[in-house]
Amino acid sequence: MRVVRDLEWRGPVPAGEGEYGEFFAAAAEGRLLIQQCPVCGHRQHYPRALCTACAAEPEWMEAAGTGTVYTYTVVRQYGVPAFAELPYVLAMVDLPEGVRMFGGLTGIDPEAVEIGMSVAAYARTYDDTHAMVFWEPSQ
Amino acid sequence: MSSRHPVICGIGLSDYPVAPHLNSVQHHALAARRAIADCGIAKSAIDGYVSTSGGGPAAGDDAVSMAEYLGVNHRYIDGTMVGGSSFEFHVQHAAAAIREGLCDTVLVTYGSDQLTRMGRVLGTGGFQRDAQPVTGAMQMATPYGLPLVGAYALAARRHMHEFGTTSEQLAEIAVGVREFAGLNPDARYRDPITAHDVVNSRMIADPLHKLDCCVITDGGGALVMTTEEIARDLRQPPIYVLGAAGTQTHWNIHQMPDFTQMGAAVCGPEAMGQAGVTPADIDTAQLYDSFTITVLLMLEGLGFCGKGEGGAYVQEGHLRRGGSMPANTDGGGLSSNHPGMRGIFLLIEAVRQLRGDAGEAQVPDAEVALACGSGGWLSAIGTVILGKDGPS
Repeated sequence: MRVVRDLEWRGPVPAGEGEYGEFFAAAAEGRLLIQQCPVCGHRQHYPRALCTACAAEPEWMEAAGTGTVYTYTVVRQYGVPAFAELPYVLAMVDLPEGVRMFGGLTGIDPEAVEIGMSVAAYARTYDDTHAMVFWEPSQ
Repeated sequence: MSSRHPVICGIGLSDYPVAPHLNSVQHHALAARRAIADCGIAKSAIDGYVSTSGGGPAAGDDAVSMAEYLGVNHRYIDGTMVGGSSFEFHVQHAAAAIREGLCDTVLVTYGSDQLTRMGRVLGTGGFQRDAQPVTGAMQMATPYGLPLVGAYALAARRHMHEFGTTSEQLAEIAVGVREFAGLNPDARYRDPITAHDVVNSRMIADPLHKLDCCVITDGGGALVMTTEEIARDLRQPPIYVLGAAGTQTHWNIHQMPDFTQMGAAVCGPEAMGQAGVTPADIDTAQLYDSFTITVLLMLEGLGFCGKGEGGAYVQEGHLRRGGSMPANTDGGGLSSNHPGMRGIFLLIEAVRQLRGDAGEAQVPDAEVALACGSGGWLSAIGTVILGKDGPS
């Protein structure tokens, strides 16, 4: 996963407590992590301290960083100053690994976004060691 | 045991939609005063109290603070907070407590000065407005700039994709609700609108327009619940709790398992099963209309139409005045009032309908009413079936 060094991020940042921190730290290193249960095989996202299917302790696995758009919205009005640059696209992305992930979708005209389109993950750092995961159209 | 059947005997609304003279606690208190006066029960008879955990002890409108303020020495307390549908869950819990004998008479209250305190900027605002790091599962969404409207827009977009639902069909929901608002002198907006008005109102988050979104108001409401036996001596005819069920499929929108399927598909049939009724038996439905898409998904989940058929169903006019199942007869959250958590108003309006007290909006011969609340982001869904008559 491509990593964009962007320490100018103006929006609120993830607190990264508990398992979340490992997810955002891995993203800053270009790795997109999801969790898989070593007992039942269930995969999940966001990261948690237990498998939601069988309550065992989940393990990390690296996802390929690809997906398809499950649904999306184009935000055209939002009163939060950090998001004054409108419009922007937010999407739910289905990963081939079997989990769904939320994130910003960039690098595309909002009017051109379609459900089912192929997208690729990239990371944008918000501090020296942590990054948020975004999506862009697959090349 | 049947004499312990839970009923709603008193209802009260505080002042709305704009009430700068009241803070949240005073909304609770005014609604409670009116609900207690409505049924004429002795204040001292109240031995149960239910409210949301609210804004926390600092705000003073959480359940324990409110029980103290209202002077309720309860044997039973519940502070369930699942968002706007909390009050449908409250009725489920209070009904069980009354039936079980944990208490006899429960006061349920809600109050919010949201419009006065926060203003309309809230409409497209977030829950975390400053630059503080975001904790919990919200940190997977809030940092990207997900507004409340945007969360519902994700569901609406998916429904359109899978089933061909159109903006005009969603608009029909807002148009029908506005028609009822025109009959409610207190409703926030009362002038008639057309589907053309809705789809041409400002786009907030595709595909939801401004008029697909609920209004922002102040307001409060209260219920008094008791046993059938105690209610016999009160001023108002008892309205029977025939069924009540709730479920949660997720909390954060990004965890919704299927963006076109709401938990109403679980708790709706369960509540109707308890009541021994089917959708065809419902005379009026009060459906949580935070956004037009909320109602559409609810209709499909509850079984008023098949999955994916909600758009066509609403276009047939069922929810309209004079339709087969008039909905949101007080003008709903889309046009009348939405102080943040609307669930209690669904129940109050259902009771008014079953008492025959709904004035021009009265559904003729209403005997069975449904209230379905949605809390969170289409997350925690509660369904209550109320009847003019007790279980047969």
